[in-house]
Amino acid sequence: MKRLFLFVMLLALIFTAVQCGGAAPAPVQEKAKEAAADVKEAAEGAADQAKEAVDQAQETVKEAAADAQQAAEETAADVKEAVEEAVATEEPAATEEPAAEAAMTGEETVVTIGYTASKTGAQEVPSRGQTHGLELWLEQVNQDGVTLADGTVVKFQAVTYDDESAKERVQSLYTTLVEQDGANFLISPYSSGLTDAAAVIAETYSKIMITTGAASDETYQKGLTLVYQLYTPASRYLTGAIDLLGSLNPDAKKIAFVYENAKFSTDVVDAAQKYAESKGYEVVLSEGYDSETTDFAPFINKIAAAEPDAVMGGGHFNDGSTFARQLHEKQTSVEFLALLVAPPELDFAELGDAALGVVGPSQWEPQANYTPEAAEAAGVEWYGPTVADFVSAYEAKFGEEPAYHAAGGYASGLVLQQAIETAGSTEPAAVQAALDGMNLMTFYGTVKFNTTPESHGLQEAHEMVYVQWQKDDGGNLVKQVVWPVEGQSAEPIYPLAQVP
Amino acid sequence: MEQLIASLADGLLLGFVYGLAAMGLTLIFGVMDVINLAHGPIIALGMFAMFFLSGAIGVGLNPYLALVIIAILGLLFGFCIYFVAVHRVLNAPHLSSLLATFSVNMMIIGVGTAVFTTTPRNMDFSIGSISLGPVTLLGTRLVAALIAVLVAALLYLFLYRTQPGKAIRAVSNNRSAAELMGIPSTQTLALSFGIGSMLASIAGGLIATFFSFTILSGGVYELKSFVIVVLGGLGNPTGALLGGLILGGLEGIVPVFMPVSWVPVIEFVLFVIILMVRPKGLMGGGR
Repeated sequence: MKRLFLFVMLLALIFTAVQCGGAAPAPVQEKAKEAAADVKEAAEGAADQAKEAVDQAQETVKEAAADAQQAAEETAADVKEAVEEAVATEEPAATEEPAAEAAMTGEETVVTIGYTASKTGAQEVPSRGQTHGLELWLEQVNQDGVTLADGTVVKFQAVTYDDESAKERVQSLYTTLVEQDGANFLISPYSSGLTDAAAVIAETYSKIMITTGAASDETYQKGLTLVYQLYTPASRYLTGAIDLLGSLNPDAKKIAFVYENAKFSTDVVDAAQKYAESKGYEVVLSEGYDSETTDFAPFINKIAAAEPDAVMGGGHFNDGSTFARQLHEKQTSVEFLALLVAPPELDFAELGDAALGVVGPSQWEPQANYTPEAAEAAGVEWYGPTVADFVSAYEAKFGEEPAYHAAGGYASGLVLQQAIETAGSTEPAAVQAALDGMNLMTFYGTVKFNTTPESHGLQEAHEMVYVQWQKDDGGNLVKQVVWPVEGQSAEPIYPLAQVP
Repeated sequence: MEQLIASLADGLLLGFVYGLAAMGLTLIFGVMDVINLAHGPIIALGMFAMFFLSGAIGVGLNPYLALVIIAILGLLFGFCIYFVAVHRVLNAPHLSSLLATFSVNMMIIGVGTAVFTTTPRNMDFSIGSISLGPVTLLGTRLVAALIAVLVAALLYLFLYRTQPGKAIRAVSNNRSAAELMGIPSTQTLALSFGIGSMLASIAGGLIATFFSFTILSGGVYELKSFVIVVLGGLGNPTGALLGGLILGGLEGIVPVFMPVSWVPVIEFVLFVIILMVRPKGLMGGGR
């Protein structure tokens, strides 16, 4: 009996160990570090040798060219072909150490992109879109690769882990990505909180990180130099919703903010509250809820008592949709409801009538009007696929319309691609300079980073749009762009008819 | 005032379900002196059972019909836990049973996380609502409260009017004496543990009809159950229902006067005060 009990205890211990065992134990990491150093040394040696060989070869070719240029060119082409064939057969070894290869001009080199995705946990829905977008980019960019100044063709491979939507996991996983998987560039996880944790690791290991799905301003005000934000910052998330409210009802005066107590949503609401007050609105309720909240009844009762003209807030997908659903179930009289993150997601339509009329800020919508012509008019460079090409490729691959998280995921890869192309190199310093100087329009919108030391990497050019769930003629829920006016695809519904 | 009434009504309805969950915990403690740390995960399993029996991707049973199946599953699962983890350590020091049930807790959470992940699930189930003046009561919560009362009444009848129920009370009072009278104590203890876990799984099933949940959600209700059990008196099932109502009422009243995030602070301050001032609970211990 005692033995059996001990056995049960042992099992429990194993489970505990598995639960806590997110990070590799320190000794393993140490060993990996040592091994990585060895590999690097060996690779550097190989690189030097390769360089010498190439130099010699170049000299020979030069001499030959003096004799008969045309003949030499033909030979060079033959040599290139032969080398390409040889490299193709050696690909697995080649992917492990891009440094050794990059030295050989006209060759293919593989750059490793590291990121974590929330395959489980609270951020699953938006993170899935983001990952899909990135996967599509990876597939498309690898068709031809990126050709550098010296003729090297860069191809990309991705290494990824499930961060379980947990901040504790992110830092150890990004360390693993850099130390063990040799990631050359990093893409952020989804959500401001997780990205904030990951950004520190990127900076510590001097890796460039493109952040997407992370709007909080604060991350970029810590003196980071290698982290670049694609999303419109949180401080500009709900300001448009307040403008929209003003245009719909100039008499509206009272706003209630009910929001998730998380980095992103508190940043958004702080800024929105200041903006609302500057516009003469009265904030009648401002209260945060815990990220794990499932019962919104206390908040809904408070909203009912405060009788606001508009309710704004939310946080992420799960809490936001639960909040919208319970507001509807309780038949609360709300004339205007704007929530973060959840409404632009297609899954939000599963709420049925509770989704009707809900407004949400979106980083991008398929109706977006970003074209090469618009880029020309704005005097910025155009890069990458058109909106229509992106949407159709995404639909073909994943069988659903892309939401903004997916567009952001694709754009994160695209921006990195453009920076490498502009830099003509995969050297971090050159890519960093290209990102600092970037002023670009893509299908996702404009991209320009702040380069001041105070908020380096903060997104400056990208703009939000506001969507609202409406019913089409067939009674199906559809997402329409209702703000800004230039981008409107339908008239906004106002006020919401939540009371039967 | 309207807000107070609306809020209080919401809180009290939830209180019944909290009480139901706590009854399971207190019954097990009262009968065999075991603090069941696997209580939370059993509540969570009740939620998942409801999800798979009548959720969107489930079998499609009516949720209240599914509750009967959940109750039976909960009872059987309780037997399993009892014989695997609890029975052997009953006479050992308290720490052993605490560790044994904690191990079960970790196992369920470990396997549950692997199988179900920690992505929140939702039942998307609605039976409308009733409006009484300023108060709008959700149908699902109202029915849940009624079922909780019904189950509590049935438990009372079972404990005081049936042979096995009387046996449970006898074993709870004095196991040795009960054994001398010919009461099979092992079966009786297993039955108590089964009923305790059945109550937890029913509470879980009911909660799933109106809140979203993950495999970790049971923890919150387990903590609430501890507060309720202390409020109502350790080992006193009827006290637990009252404790649940007090806690639910608090959850209704506190947010009217201060931020919602203060609710757990108030609850646990109360927990400590009761432990200091009246450790036997408001209604006294069950034995």
